Amino acid sequence: MATPRLYVMIPTDADTVVVGAREIKSRFSSEIGAQGLSDQIKVIETGSFGPSNAGVIAAVQPDGVVYGNLTPESVGEIVREHFCKGRICGRFLLPREYPPTVEQATDARHTQAAGRIVLDNCGRIDPDSIEEYIATDGYEALGRALTEMTPPQVVETVREAGLRGRGGAGFPTGLKWSFCAPVQADRKFVICNADEGEPGTFKDRLIMEGDPHKVIEGMALCGYAIGASEGYVYIRGEYRLSVERMRKAIEDARAMGLLGKGIFGTDFDFDIEIKLGAGAYVCGEETALIESMEGRRGVPRLKPPFPASCGYLGKPTNVNNVETLATVPAIVRNGAAWFRGFGTENTPGTKVYTIIGHVRRPGLIEVSAGVTLREIIDEYAGGMSSGTFKMAQLGGTAGDVLGPEMLDVPMDYDAMQKVGHVLGSGAILVMNQTVEVADFLDSCMRFFRHESCGSCNPCRNGLQVLGEIVGRLKKKNAYPGDIELMEEVCMTLKSAAFCPLGQSPASPLMSALRYFRPELAAAVDPRRERPRTQRVRLDLVELAV
Amino acid sequence: MAIKLTIDNQPVSVADGATVLEAAQATGIKIPTLCHLDGVSSPGSCRVCLVEIEGARTLQPSCVTAASEGMVVKTTSKTARQARKLSVELMLANHPWDCNACVRNGECDLQKLAQDMGIAEVRFPYVKPATPIDQSTDALVRDMDKCVLCRRCIGVCQDVQGVGTLAPRNRGFDTIVGSGAGDNLCDAICVQCGQCSAVCPVGAIYEKDSIEDVWGALDDPSKHVVVQTAPAIRAALGECFGLEPGTCVTGKMVTALRRLGFAKVFDTNFTADLTIIEEGHEFLTRLKKALADGDASVKLPMFTSCSPGWINYMEYFYPNLIPNISTCKSPQQMFGALAKTYYAEKQGIDPKDVVVVSIMPCTAKKFECERDEMNASGFQDVDYVLTTRELGRMIKQAGIDFLSLSDGEQDSPMGMSTGAADIFANTGGVMEAAIRTVYEVVTGRELPMDRLHVAPVQGLQGLKEAELTFQNCLDDWKFLEGVTAKVAVAHGLANARKVCEMVASGEADYHFVEVMCCPGGCIGGGGQPRLTSNDVRNARIKAIYAEDEGRPMRKSHENPAITQLYKDFLGQPLGHKSHELLHTGYAAKQPAATS
Repeated sequence: MATPRLYVMIPTDADTVVVGAREIKSRFSSEIGAQGLSDQIKVIETGSFGPSNAGVIAAVQPDGVVYGNLTPESVGEIVREHFCKGRICGRFLLPREYPPTVEQATDARHTQAAGRIVLDNCGRIDPDSIEEYIATDGYEALGRALTEMTPPQVVETVREAGLRGRGGAGFPTGLKWSFCAPVQADRKFVICNADEGEPGTFKDRLIMEGDPHKVIEGMALCGYAIGASEGYVYIRGEYRLSVERMRKAIEDARAMGLLGKGIFGTDFDFDIEIKLGAGAYVCGEETALIESMEGRRGVPRLKPPFPASCGYLGKPTNVNNVETLATVPAIVRNGAAWFRGFGTENTPGTKVYTIIGHVRRPGLIEVSAGVTLREIIDEYAGGMSSGTFKMAQLGGTAGDVLGPEMLDVPMDYDAMQKVGHVLGSGAILVMNQTVEVADFLDSCMRFFRHESCGSCNPCRNGLQVLGEIVGRLKKKNAYPGDIELMEEVCMTLKSAAFCPLGQSPASPLMSALRYFRPELAAAVDPRRERPRTQRVRLDLVELAV
Repeated sequence: MAIKLTIDNQPVSVADGATVLEAAQATGIKIPTLCHLDGVSSPGSCRVCLVEIEGARTLQPSCVTAASEGMVVKTTSKTARQARKLSVELMLANHPWDCNACVRNGECDLQKLAQDMGIAEVRFPYVKPATPIDQSTDALVRDMDKCVLCRRCIGVCQDVQGVGTLAPRNRGFDTIVGSGAGDNLCDAICVQCGQCSAVCPVGAIYEKDSIEDVWGALDDPSKHVVVQTAPAIRAALGECFGLEPGTCVTGKMVTALRRLGFAKVFDTNFTADLTIIEEGHEFLTRLKKALADGDASVKLPMFTSCSPGWINYMEYFYPNLIPNISTCKSPQQMFGALAKTYYAEKQGIDPKDVVVVSIMPCTAKKFECERDEMNASGFQDVDYVLTTRELGRMIKQAGIDFLSLSDGEQDSPMGMSTGAADIFANTGGVMEAAIRTVYEVVTGRELPMDRLHVAPVQGLQGLKEAELTFQNCLDDWKFLEGVTAKVAVAHGLANARKVCEMVASGEADYHFVEVMCCPGGCIGGGGQPRLTSNDVRNARIKAIYAEDEGRPMRKSHENPAITQLYKDFLGQPLGHKSHELLHTGYAAKQPAATS
């Protein structure tokens, strides 16, 4: 087949597949075939461009046109008008709030084309094609590391680059690797944490769906650096497309000798298996994840020992988030100094965010660390979709609520910490003035109560009572003292719960109080009296029956 | 290597590997605990023992945090105090406050914690939906409304006993301790050892109470109610009345039972001696068949069969070993069968009017007496089983001032026993008692060991081994000349599993194995006063050996009442009548729900 004159690139991520991307793709193929253009126009699947409310999308290259909200009918018209006659179908273009060209749609910030490290291939290559990944410098970093660098040099590069864990905690990745690397053992493991359970966060899914080989390459680099030859990707079971794409990518990499024995002719062996999670939020915590992998109930382990010395099957194990691992190939390929050219001093690089809520362009973006919330909302997300900004929650349900006064704080780990907040996993939930704080907190608490593993007492019982208090605030019939009680329970959870799941519900509650105490205090009914401890009069019980 | 740290401004030095809790205890600082129980479980989940450690982001559970060099610990900082107090308050929020009507009233760990922490009010409503009380088994009752999910029961069931019946089910606030796949204990493989009830800090798991049944029998003038007390009771019952563990109260116990109204106060020790005669002969017969007659169908090692929890375990998990288990009934069941035949006949009482009550350190005995086959007398051989704890409660109910009682003596004939029977109470005891008799039967000489003790099988080590070479055997036993018998003793089912695996795989070539279900043997039984730590076990064991050494007769075959029994009634060991009354068989089994 001659070089096609047009490429139709259809993002098939889980979001677009459910609204019919696969059907649209075959419709394109059949319409193009009907016009006899099959050898001139190639239809391919790609990962997400980013927008998550534009239905099925198709980008036409090299024309640089992006259509959205596609229906089977619009496909026929596009093929007849655009592909046959060269007339762009204006009415099917992405809505006005989206950037009109592919470059602009696929670049986070349309003025900064080089701003993508993790998502650079998403939406641009066929995720099922290892050749396309290789054509975009894929596996170059692995080849270079294996043939030109020692494992300690790889660890050092990542450490120097200042990469911090993108799962939410922001722990320095190089440091984490340096714990595991020197531990001697007959088996060591690299685990890619793809359990992405934080509500509102779906970046890891889109990374795996859009560029699975990047994750594989990152894992292999980690394996080489720490001396592990076995890797596992722990993917939550609902991520079926991620599983399919990762599985195919692993098979293709194996077939090309990029996984398996003696990679790149060296004595480095590395292979990857996929393990499926069953959807428990707590399994995103690395020791609970390991418990789950070992076939047990997913509950966190006591630490120490840490996984670096005693993890999966009791062997040294390094667990990293998908985005973290997907960042590693570019660092090894381009060097630590290059990476430090992005982001801020203490948070170099970029950060992938998923923006949801009252914004015009919800979806996936990758921006330099240190960009402010205001910039993200206004420039990347197209501004508020309606109303005025009231608050945003960063990092999913376990994250802090930020009021308007935080809109101009640079979003990096340390700057956020300085103002008493946590950057978190990368979800940004934007809410306008129509959202009542107590309503919002109520949904957060229902999530936590449902996801608590039940192992430790403060989390198991504390989330229940917090849920009760927030429920009263929502109904505006809270007892006097409820807010203070909520603070007390939060403080205890923060210092006393066994794992981050139990510690983190304090984040939304306490931060919401910080900005919206008057609103919440107004939900207290001063006439109500808190019932005395378990003193229930029998006649009342009988009357109630 | 010693580690130096500071706790509440006091310098402390502890051995490497010690926890912060242990370090605090060493310096006289008491940190409250709940889920932590030495040797049983330490999940670090109740958060009642939290302390502040300089440099740590959050409070740390002292029970599982290792002390380290230079560590600075504060146990009474405001944060730690508040967190511990709120942790207990949160537990109380959904724990029923029917303390006055609770079996654990007065000895409840949660009650104690609430009191110590000065909790005057619980600010959270009780919202937990009620769970039906599980009365599905003969031995145990589970009231999950009272459970505070400390997981001690899970630790003891999974790790100490290796049975794994109990496990958490559901998540978060809806978590309960589940039993297998069903709602009730009878749906699961449970050996009913009751170790869970012995470690439960609250009243969530306890023995099925038979006190009212026993009162009923005692109140019925048409009934002749006799009682037997297991060897392990006398070294533990005193604890119910505030005596130190290891205080032997045999005499007071007998008097108390008499005061309660039992017509005869007998002793399971009597049938413990009888067990040695029957089981010893069974063992020698097996040896003879295997070694002299070359009968390949004879299974060795022979396992003891006194412990009903062990029998359950074997029937569930190792049915292939059934041919290895001694056919002897347990002493409790031998007693029941004889009480309603031999004794009734001797006394001229209609056996239907005889009620046999057992005082046992054990919950599984409640199950054992209900086994279908345990009716050799034509009636249910043993009618009711009370645990040590229940007896303690019954004595209190009767208004008996236990500590002021004078010593009584058991009635004859079924109250007479030897020191060999006493030591059935602890791990290694049955083996030692058997060796005392077997050696003498085979060689005609007394066992040549210090104070008749087989030292290698004593103590709390999980799995113990010993060898005994027969020399200068009597004519009947010449085939044993020079033979070295290998014996093993295991206690706690996790250790039993090890022995079973070794035997099943052929790795072990033992001739005789004693297995006791509970750690420490019956003195550590699931029905004993709480809590049974290793210190308590050792104290009880010491008391039992003292009882043994104080006896004029210390070998089962010297018991004249046993000799009389054979002469008057049974004929000979392993004879026809013995087989009818004293021996039984076992079968592979499944939990009730699946069979």
